[in-house]
Amino acid sequence: MINYVWFGLLIIGIVVSIVTGNVQAVTDAAIGNAKTAVELSMGLIGVMALWLGIMKIAEESGLVKKLSIALKPILTKLFPDIPGDHPAMGAIVMNIAANVFGLGDAATPFGLKAMQEMQKLNTTDDTATDSMCTFLAINTSSVTLVPASVIAYRVAAGSTNAVEIIGPAIIATAISTTTAIIAVKLLSKSKKYRTTKPDMKMAQTNE
Amino acid sequence: MFISAVNTISLYAIPLILLSITTYGVIKKVKVYEVFTEGAKEGFNTAIRVIPFLTAMLVAIGVFRASGAMDYFSKLVAPITNAIGMPSEVLPMALMRPLSGGGASGIMNGLFAEFGPDSLIGRMASVMNGSTDTTFYVLAVYFGSISIKKTRHALSAGLLADAAGLLSAVIITNIMFG
Repeated sequence: MINYVWFGLLIIGIVVSIVTGNVQAVTDAAIGNAKTAVELSMGLIGVMALWLGIMKIAEESGLVKKLSIALKPILTKLFPDIPGDHPAMGAIVMNIAANVFGLGDAATPFGLKAMQEMQKLNTTDDTATDSMCTFLAINTSSVTLVPASVIAYRVAAGSTNAVEIIGPAIIATAISTTTAIIAVKLLSKSKKYRTTKPDMKMAQTNE
Repeated sequence: MFISAVNTISLYAIPLILLSITTYGVIKKVKVYEVFTEGAKEGFNTAIRVIPFLTAMLVAIGVFRASGAMDYFSKLVAPITNAIGMPSEVLPMALMRPLSGGGASGIMNGLFAEFGPDSLIGRMASVMNGSTDTTFYVLAVYFGSISIKKTRHALSAGLLADAAGLLSAVIITNIMFG
């Protein structure tokens, strides 16, 4: 699907720009965004290093393991192909916790750590496992309780009650996350995705 | 009151996390400095691995945005969104949200300037923006970091979740503020 969406965005953009005479803007956007992508990735290095360093301390001290044991009942339901005491679980917990509290900077490094740990259980190099898809779907559905940046923009625009959107946003977030989980579980059972599912490595407990 | 509570939490969250994790580490006799640097080392490689994936995604999104195709697409689906109670002004933001966080915030700020943040349009845009995420960016970065190319059903599920979030934002905003 991602191939079609990617190609679709490109071809629609290019065709429309030719029709409307916007071609120069499209050229600029293509070149400019390629640069932006590198800048964004480079910008990740510092924050990534910070949070992966902190994550390592949390791991070595046993904090991550404690967290994942506490949340094991929920986690093993969501991610049945990850052993309950696998380090991936700890990273998943840290990522979701950071997301819930709106700490986007911290959430990404934890999320990427979780992906790395999940990849260790994957027998293929290039195909997403069911757990990865579930984790991604939860992340892209947004689990943020308090959308701090939206509130900041509202304050800046002179809102008289900038936080009134928190309640409705929490409800909408809950619905979108529930939808993500149901969708990902149902889709993983469909014939197309069941047959492409990569095998998992034998459950190996850490260390 | 609530605003200051929220601000206090965001102000103290990161220092407190840093403090509690490192303190716990020291209590558990972890060599915190050494372990930190060991973990931090991975930051560089991860960021580098993301580059090709992020470039592919951002270039396609940039081309689509710059072409003005969004305006045509908005006009095309406007009859449907009007029927469910979404003002057509909000539609471009809803469509932009999964593609680009900055783009969506830009449109939202434009709506604030034009209609005010406390208008129905302003509130709906806020709820939408606050309850969904940049699906394409997250997908590119997360899968990119471990070089996964076959993403299977992740994108479909993510987009379905976005649609559900946007739709509920419309309904809830109309019920609460309509």
